[in-house]
Amino acid sequence: MTAPILKVEGITKSFGGVQALRGVSLEIGSGEIHCLAGENGSGKSTLIKVISGVYEPDAGRIEINGQQFSHLNPKEAIGLGIQVIYQDFSVFPNLTVMENLALNMELMDNRKLMNYRRARAIASNAISQIGFDVDLDERVENLTVADRQLIAICRALLQEAKLIIMDEPTSALTKKEVKALFAVIKRLQSRGLSILFVSHKLDEVFEISERYTILRSGENVASGNTEELDRKTFAFHMTGREFADEYYKPAGVKGKPVLSVRGLTLRGVYSDISFDLAPGEILGITGLLGSGRTELAETLFGILQPDSGGIEIDGRAVKIRNVKSAIRRGIGYLPSDRLTEGLFQPQAVDRNLVITTLDRLSSRLGFLRRKAIAETAMQWIDRLSIAVRSPTLPVRTLSGGNQQKVVLARWLANDLSILILNGPTVGVDIGSKYDIHALMRKLAADGLAIIIISDDLPEVLACASRILVMRDGVFVRELDPSATTESKLSELSTGIA
Amino acid sequence: MGRMTKRSEPYILAAIVVLSLLIQARSGQFFSGNNLVDLARSLIVPALFSIGCMMVIVSGGIDVSFTAIASLAMYVTDRLLLASQYSGNVILAYAISAGLGLLMGALNGFLIGFLRLPTFVVTLGTSSLFTGLMFGAFSASASDVPPSIARHGKEILFTATNPKLGLTSNMPSQILILIAVLLFAFFLLRYTMLGRGIYAVGGDETAAERAGFNVRGIKMFLYCFVGVLAGITGIARISMMSYADPSTMLGMEMTVIAAVVLGGTRVTGGVGTLVGTISGVALMTILSNSLILIGIPTYWSRVFTGAVIIVGTGVTAHQIRSTRRRHTQSQKATV
Amino acid sequence: MTADKPADSVRRARGAHDPNLLRLLVMLVFVFLLMTVLRPHQFATMTNFNSMMRQFPEYGIMAIGISLTMITGGIDLGVVGTANLSAIIAAKFLIGSVPQGSTPAQVVPYLIIAVLLSLSVGLACGTIAGTLISHFNIPAILATLGTQQLFTGIAIGITSGRPQSRLPLLYSRIGNTEFFRFVPLSFVIFSAVAVGVGLMLSRTRFGTSMYMIGTNPRAARYAGLNNTTIILRTYMISGLLSSVAGLIMMARANSAKADYGAPYTLQCVLIAVLGGIDPNGGFGTIAGVTMAILILQFLSSGLNMFNNISNFYRDVIWGGVLILVLVFNRLLSWRNERRAVRKSMVK
Repeated sequence: MTAPILKVEGITKSFGGVQALRGVSLEIGSGEIHCLAGENGSGKSTLIKVISGVYEPDAGRIEINGQQFSHLNPKEAIGLGIQVIYQDFSVFPNLTVMENLALNMELMDNRKLMNYRRARAIASNAISQIGFDVDLDERVENLTVADRQLIAICRALLQEAKLIIMDEPTSALTKKEVKALFAVIKRLQSRGLSILFVSHKLDEVFEISERYTILRSGENVASGNTEELDRKTFAFHMTGREFADEYYKPAGVKGKPVLSVRGLTLRGVYSDISFDLAPGEILGITGLLGSGRTELAETLFGILQPDSGGIEIDGRAVKIRNVKSAIRRGIGYLPSDRLTEGLFQPQAVDRNLVITTLDRLSSRLGFLRRKAIAETAMQWIDRLSIAVRSPTLPVRTLSGGNQQKVVLARWLANDLSILILNGPTVGVDIGSKYDIHALMRKLAADGLAIIIISDDLPEVLACASRILVMRDGVFVRELDPSATTESKLSELSTGIA
Repeated sequence: MGRMTKRSEPYILAAIVVLSLLIQARSGQFFSGNNLVDLARSLIVPALFSIGCMMVIVSGGIDVSFTAIASLAMYVTDRLLLASQYSGNVILAYAISAGLGLLMGALNGFLIGFLRLPTFVVTLGTSSLFTGLMFGAFSASASDVPPSIARHGKEILFTATNPKLGLTSNMPSQILILIAVLLFAFFLLRYTMLGRGIYAVGGDETAAERAGFNVRGIKMFLYCFVGVLAGITGIARISMMSYADPSTMLGMEMTVIAAVVLGGTRVTGGVGTLVGTISGVALMTILSNSLILIGIPTYWSRVFTGAVIIVGTGVTAHQIRSTRRRHTQSQKATV
Repeated sequence: MTADKPADSVRRARGAHDPNLLRLLVMLVFVFLLMTVLRPHQFATMTNFNSMMRQFPEYGIMAIGISLTMITGGIDLGVVGTANLSAIIAAKFLIGSVPQGSTPAQVVPYLIIAVLLSLSVGLACGTIAGTLISHFNIPAILATLGTQQLFTGIAIGITSGRPQSRLPLLYSRIGNTEFFRFVPLSFVIFSAVAVGVGLMLSRTRFGTSMYMIGTNPRAARYAGLNNTTIILRTYMISGLLSSVAGLIMMARANSAKADYGAPYTLQCVLIAVLGGIDPNGGFGTIAGVTMAILILQFLSSGLNMFNNISNFYRDVIWGGVLILVLVFNRLLSWRNERRAVRKSMVK
């Protein structure tokens, strides 16, 4: 067995009296794909920063390729072949691909002048290493997120990486792009590189990694070979809680549909969409991104206008011209990108919560009823167990899961009859994820009609009472979740058996 | 070709061509040698300002203090040379003014680069500071220029004559300064790491830092450079006017910024070209100079300037929006 | 403009309006005491207070207008142009239509019409700016740079650059009235504006919407807020306030001219930032802005009393104070950032 590329033992780190890591160990072999998993606050980000030299551990040893260190600085880490690819990729959107790839190298070589021929050679070399086909002269801002990520990877390769650490690399990618990324990772592996992959998505852990390490509250709780791991054990280690795998069986589905969609079409995006939704149902709509599912949701919410087709609410034909009109008809929407579309980051939690119910919480002249607002905020913080010290703190200080709960509460505070959730548990830790699912079931049981749009197939299977698969703008099949499997859903979504 | 339409430069150049033809049609005087030389002459000072201004906007900020720096630097230099009865080469005047501009620019550079304060507001403050010093501490008032500067002002490259109206215009030698600065700036921005660094910082400052760019150093250099340029411009200005009025350049900053943005430089940073910038300045200059030629009294010139700014930026905004929409469509297939 | 760093939001949320207001209050008191001590028989006198109260309302009201637009994430650089244009139109009307030798009673209806005319022009100017920004998506800095040129240009055009000064005497007489021989009408107007706008911002739905749109216009849309209408209304209010300021300037100078108040634009932005308005949008209070107005007025008047200090030192001090405030805020936020980073490490 070859020597491990990275071995850390007994890493301890605390910040101002709070322990982030307690004696954590990690071992990655040469040419190994290793997954580091853990919820928010488990310490995985801190561990990464220690390994890459951003932080100095209070105690413990770091061994890279046999060399021992008590701590590193970023330059040393890079020199030893450790490259971190952050979630924002650190690319320059306004510069070309070529410049993005070459600038780092030029800087490292302490160049003062820019030689474009040399830069082009460097860039071409980089992209050929992973077989990435891209126009070197294209401005990065015109590329997709997936392409940008590949650029970040190429850049890392240029600096002779031996271990590439990827922090939640798939959070912004479509299923197709994830597959492409995994192919690249396998290719890197075949060249002898090791990959440390931070993720909490179980499917990915299973699909790509050979070994795993799970952290919880700053400590190791499990590690081993991935093939010996199963879903239940994984969830248990991540959260310390047991979760039952269950299917949702709607209890009180009332007869008449609250929402009826007939022949809805938006040219080039989706066509001839028809379905009914009854109170108490959780309708799961799944499909790849680009299948038109988000646009469909946005049409129901008044952000987009369909070219043809009709929408009926409670049996009456309606035209949803804008968001306000949608809200008035009792429709709520949790957008897929809560950071840019949902939250007002630096504003207080209570403000974020009541923003959609201001009409109700203010007098006819428009004056806010502060007491009512404070009460409403506290009420929802309680009901959804939102972990926050005070409602006047900015929502930015909350964890991803709690932030999502705030956005959810915002809609629940309205008089809703229909709630549309788009990717509600993306970037949310497992604990909050299950909380949100439980909440959805309860709401449905209380009579709310819910549409959940997600490409997290296990989530769709577990939550929905009915699944509609969308592909290239049309519904291809309606399925009963208890009678189908993930692979069947995946097949239908991609059209590939 | 597809990439071309996303940029503003072609539109501006087209606008210039159209406008020129229109004015020529109306007055027959536009393309006369004499008029073109006059235009070039009016162009020099705003163009010099626009180069530094553009670089700052590309780096992600907006500087409004460059006219104040230019004014104070030139004024102090002027008084100094007059007091010491200097009559040597004008180079010294440029040097002193550039040096003073450097100091003032360094203050901006320190506050913005090291203390990371927002550019617009800081330069608002330093602009106030410098004009206050000029009028307060130095009790500036209009004055003459020392002989060397006056001599320099009279240096001409060539003369253009308009045979029809019997007018002559002299191309001032200061145009050489503009050309030199343009060449230098072009080389700097395109072929040096410092220049690419300015674009990188404007694109994503955090990424620039992570990539290893010395962001603080880049910003410091940038504002010092702007200061030096401002100082040079100040001397150029008073030499062409043969008169040192401290308030002559104040107030120009808004129109320079407008010209820069008109020329396709993005207010959000990271994007901008010298060609576009100079075209923007040219367009604005043509407008203000040529309205007379088509019979519009100067009183109405500002209305047209305002209209041009609004229409020009409206077009740019539309372009950005359609690029973003195109990009978001493919993004939507991603996020 | 620099991106919002985590610490800024922490600083702000920790009732940063409170420490900021506190800081401003301290500064206000300090400046007041300083001036009183340095010029005891001149500064802290009724005459001086009266004089100050006559000076700041005109730019103070414009500062409030600019602050509102900054809160929504934009800025209105066209306030001075709007003020002058609306005043000039009112002036032209008065000069052109009030018959010679009218009695005061006969002039009054003309005055009322003139005021309404001026306010309408202000509203119209604000509507134009607001439409360019909210409907045509032109960045606020540029759109209002353009409107500033446009409105000033029109003002120059219709007056050929000349001051409009043959106003009926009654206008400046009413405009310069002082209640109890002490409190100028303009001060009363300013106070009403400050209180009214302040209440609107902090206590109404509209005010909250403004803050939210300034923070994240995209999320505001998804939350059902009508960005277009709210932003349009904000600039309309700013235009309206500018015309009020213009009327006050006209009363004080007994004339209207296209280039009055030229340095006010810069000054008002200075005031807004000093008063705690975040140039990126989403934060700031009228209380803070008011204190900033007073601080600057105290400094200005105080400086006037030093015969050997030229008025231009005012600019030096304002520029210097602004920079010092910025530096101080930055150092403070760095300290808070270190704390916040430590805390967020172990969420």
